[in-house]
Amino acid sequence: MTSSRLSKGGRIDRSRSIRFLFDGKAYSGHPGDTLASALLANGITLFGRSFKYHRPRGVFAAGSDEPNALVTVLSGDVREPNVRATELEIFDGLVTRSQNRFPSLEHDFLAVNQLAGPLFSAGFYYKTFMGPAIGPLRGTRFWMFCEKFIRRAAGLGKAGTSPDPERYERMNAFCDILVVGSGPGGLIAAEAAAATGARVIIAEERPLAGGSLLASGEMIDGRNPAVWAREKAEALASLPNVRFLTRTSVWGYYDGNVLTAVEHVSDYKPNRTKGLARQRHWVIRTGRVILATGAFERPMVFPGNDRPGVMLADAMRRYAIEYGVATGSAVTLFTNNDSAYDAARALSIGGVNVVAIVDVRPDISGTCRDIASVAGAELLLGHAVTATHAGKTLSSITVQHFNAETGRVSGAPREIRTDSLGVSGGWSPAIHLASQAGGKPEWDEDLQAFLPPEPNQNWVMTGSAAGYMDTISVMSDAATKGSAKSRLVLPAVEAPMLDSSPAPVFEIEPAIKSQKAFVDFQHDVTADDIRLAYREGFHSVEHLKRYTTLGMATDQGKTSNVPGLAIMADVRGISIPQAGTTRFRPPFTPVSLGALAAERHGDLRPHRLTPMHDWHLANGAKTYEAGLWHRPMIYSSHGETIEQAYTREAKAVRDSVGIVDVSTLGKIDIQGPDAAEFLDRVYTNMFSTLPVGKARYGLMLREDGIAFDDGTTWRLGETQFLMTTTTANAGPVMQHLEYYLDCVWPELRVHLTSVTDVWAGSAVSGPKARAVLEGCVTGTKVDNDTLPFMGIVRGKIADVPVMICRLSFSGELAYEVYCGAGYGVHIWEALLAAGKPFAILPYGLEALGTLRIEKGHVTGAEIDGRTTAHDLHLDWMLSKKKPFIGSAMVHREGLKNENRLSLVGLISLDNQSINGGSHIVTDPRPREPADSFGHVTAACYSPALGKYIALALVKHGTSMIGNRAFATDLLRDKHCAVEIVSHHMFDAEGSRMHG
Amino acid sequence: MIIRCPYCGPRDVIEFTYQGDATRRRPDPASSDQDAWNSYIYDRTNPGGSHREFWLHGGGCRQHLVITRDMTTHAISSVAFARSIVAGESS
Ligand SMILES: [Zn+2]
Repeated sequence: MTSSRLSKGGRIDRSRSIRFLFDGKAYSGHPGDTLASALLANGITLFGRSFKYHRPRGVFAAGSDEPNALVTVLSGDVREPNVRATELEIFDGLVTRSQNRFPSLEHDFLAVNQLAGPLFSAGFYYKTFMGPAIGPLRGTRFWMFCEKFIRRAAGLGKAGTSPDPERYERMNAFCDILVVGSGPGGLIAAEAAAATGARVIIAEERPLAGGSLLASGEMIDGRNPAVWAREKAEALASLPNVRFLTRTSVWGYYDGNVLTAVEHVSDYKPNRTKGLARQRHWVIRTGRVILATGAFERPMVFPGNDRPGVMLADAMRRYAIEYGVATGSAVTLFTNNDSAYDAARALSIGGVNVVAIVDVRPDISGTCRDIASVAGAELLLGHAVTATHAGKTLSSITVQHFNAETGRVSGAPREIRTDSLGVSGGWSPAIHLASQAGGKPEWDEDLQAFLPPEPNQNWVMTGSAAGYMDTISVMSDAATKGSAKSRLVLPAVEAPMLDSSPAPVFEIEPAIKSQKAFVDFQHDVTADDIRLAYREGFHSVEHLKRYTTLGMATDQGKTSNVPGLAIMADVRGISIPQAGTTRFRPPFTPVSLGALAAERHGDLRPHRLTPMHDWHLANGAKTYEAGLWHRPMIYSSHGETIEQAYTREAKAVRDSVGIVDVSTLGKIDIQGPDAAEFLDRVYTNMFSTLPVGKARYGLMLREDGIAFDDGTTWRLGETQFLMTTTTANAGPVMQHLEYYLDCVWPELRVHLTSVTDVWAGSAVSGPKARAVLEGCVTGTKVDNDTLPFMGIVRGKIADVPVMICRLSFSGELAYEVYCGAGYGVHIWEALLAAGKPFAILPYGLEALGTLRIEKGHVTGAEIDGRTTAHDLHLDWMLSKKKPFIGSAMVHREGLKNENRLSLVGLISLDNQSINGGSHIVTDPRPREPADSFGHVTAACYSPALGKYIALALVKHGTSMIGNRAFATDLLRDKHCAVEIVSHHMFDAEGSRMHG
Repeated sequence: MIIRCPYCGPRDVIEFTYQGDATRRRPDPASSDQDAWNSYIYDRTNPGGSHREFWLHGGGCRQHLVITRDMTTHAISSVAFARSIVAGESS
């Protein structure tokens, strides 16, 4: 015999049956069952295999603290691993599978790992996979070799690979008081708080309110406590100022009283309404928090304590009272405290046969003796369990004399037949959320547990979470925590008088051990692993935790934390508070990534399109993304390659005229009486001397002297400038300028406005550019006198006002024509029409890049956050007449070192294209590893030179000119012989753009 | 963390960008004292307890703020516009 359904009891609906699958077999249960209770009712006690040793494991707890019974839930192609069977509500059609077994739960080949036990002890990975210093498995190679086998052997459930079709949603909520937990403490605190009129949210992780009352053998106001709790919860939920969330686990506590929770909205339902979210993620901002999170029962550590059939005493009671399930036909209990007697009482009321209670204490109270005798259980005081027996599930235990003072096991072993052993090692308040909030827990000698710390945010703890272990004191504390002025009349509670103080016994360690004693079931950490870690020098709890992985599994050591610390304190010969504890981190329970992401998946970036975007697409543009912008790469015609297309476009610019969309350039309107002074400070060169109606190329440095951004700034009036930035740096430059105005020079009267999206820009470039403008501009002349190099004029094109600045990025005679963004296409088309006689061609970023590489003009590829003005040959722009951002640091010795990389041009000697990112080396296939002395920043085919060329940053750049080298791309195995030349590869005098 | 912007009101930290230590002072722009510049640009203290920081309310009014914050508890004790604080201190 093993576990089975009792003939009566439980809050399950016995009138209805639910069918579900576990490992391919069909089982039935009732509404109200969890997967764990339903499988136990079907006599299933083997739930999974353990993490490292593949030991058979059964259900150990009845709630979110479950370390063993993790299953994978399958739904279509979607799988959700590591779901706690103790929390999973069954529904018709539920499909579940056990985990970490190969090939099946009953027959697991990898259980041989147990025989290799010492191999898998603490620090196993660190020790085994430090490869030798030499040889084929040196360094980490041995790990690389073994990894795939280890991954199969050790682990929990496997994550799925198909997209999750479920819907998840997010919710923000605000309240005055958030109550976490709805046991007796949470319910009374919420009632007292709600009575003050405050907005209250109550979050309960289980499907219904009540907490410990759901399985208590007490009477409240003469009634069943579960019924009392249900009515209290219904009354609270009906109040207008109360929101009652069930199936909602509060998992994180952050600064500013922000808490996060996950609500299971529909994942327990068989037929979900279309559109209903599976889970809902809550961010709750609250004035005050009442943590009524309860307490977790602790296991005892003794040999064979992980055998299926061994579980927490309170879990055993909950299966009986809540689900009408007997975990065995002959149940035994093993305890160091009174709470197991309360469990025994409830079990016997529920109809479970309790045959014996093993207690480490030499003596117990009369109340406890009475309970044992009423239950008909044999009392074994001053005894301990020293072994468990049978195969996959329990058939008997060995009991011996035990001295709780000395921890010594003695006397002849006695065997007791039992198929279910409930253990209680005392209770640990669930202080996880308080610990997350930053408080340092305090050890309570009486409860042998860590109690909540002094609050560092506006929160209080109540109930067993605060160390109140009986319902009467829980309720009276909760009323005052709910409201200091509470006048609630508390209900009458009938309960046996029990002592909440356990004997300080955590581990039973017989002299001869034949079985492993587990501390952390989920990560397979034994008591001996902790002792081994100590012997190897890992003494601090922080080191212990990381070396053994104790408490680092998905249950975060809810059951293992205190026993682990107690064993460590014992080997070190210090007290538990001296050993200290580690801080709990979010999440309290695992949270699905789907719930965190909610609707935020897929491509979330905004897509920035210029006003002329649709025109580009309609006219054959192939676009690519430049930051958030979509920009034309080339305008392709009939099966050209990219290189053929940009070569054709660039050639048109050099030979006649081309037009390019420059609307993406960052544009900042700078106004105010001190605008000129401001620009003098942020640019390396002078702007206060710039006449109105002229533009100037400017360079900005960072404070440390490294180049930051470049662009032209146009003086539109005495106190007004239009600054342009590179496309990529529009945002950072704006932020940079705002920072200096706000935080460094608040005395400057300057106002900044981002106008990037306000203007559309078209650049017309080439020898015929002026002729194009002459054909369409009205209201101004555009000849060399009216519009000289760097001059600005205003006029009209096709009746629309435009601002034209003569400046050149291509090295040709060129103009940037700006108009209101709404007229972008209108002006673009007018310019194209005026350019028709000159065969004007639109050109994309590739041709733009080619033209600038030929000219040696720099962009973000060269202003890469490492280069200086000197490196880029822009030191002529560093004014000596005034300080500017970076002026103090730019002349540092290190930034002028001869060894620095500086800008040069490269010309391919073997008519091969040069790969961007190639390294500059003297020998492409050296026999010994050799240093690279530079890299290619941009490369193209140059129609003007008829050669493949590139820009590069090269050590001793200028003095290398005339030398030969190789541009070598090891990834693509491409090695190109190059000559290093000046970065001005075409029209070095600049005669073309000044013409 | 919630920051009470003097212009926008209480807003989630997600709207703000940390902009560095607000206790450091930029040396005289004309100064060539390399040690002073070095310390301004690179040296950062990381005090436990109260500290002053610049934050940009980029998702709101785009003002830089000076925030006094406890580095161990993250509790914010004051928030003000950087312009008024810096102007007040340099005058
Ligand atoms: Zn603001």
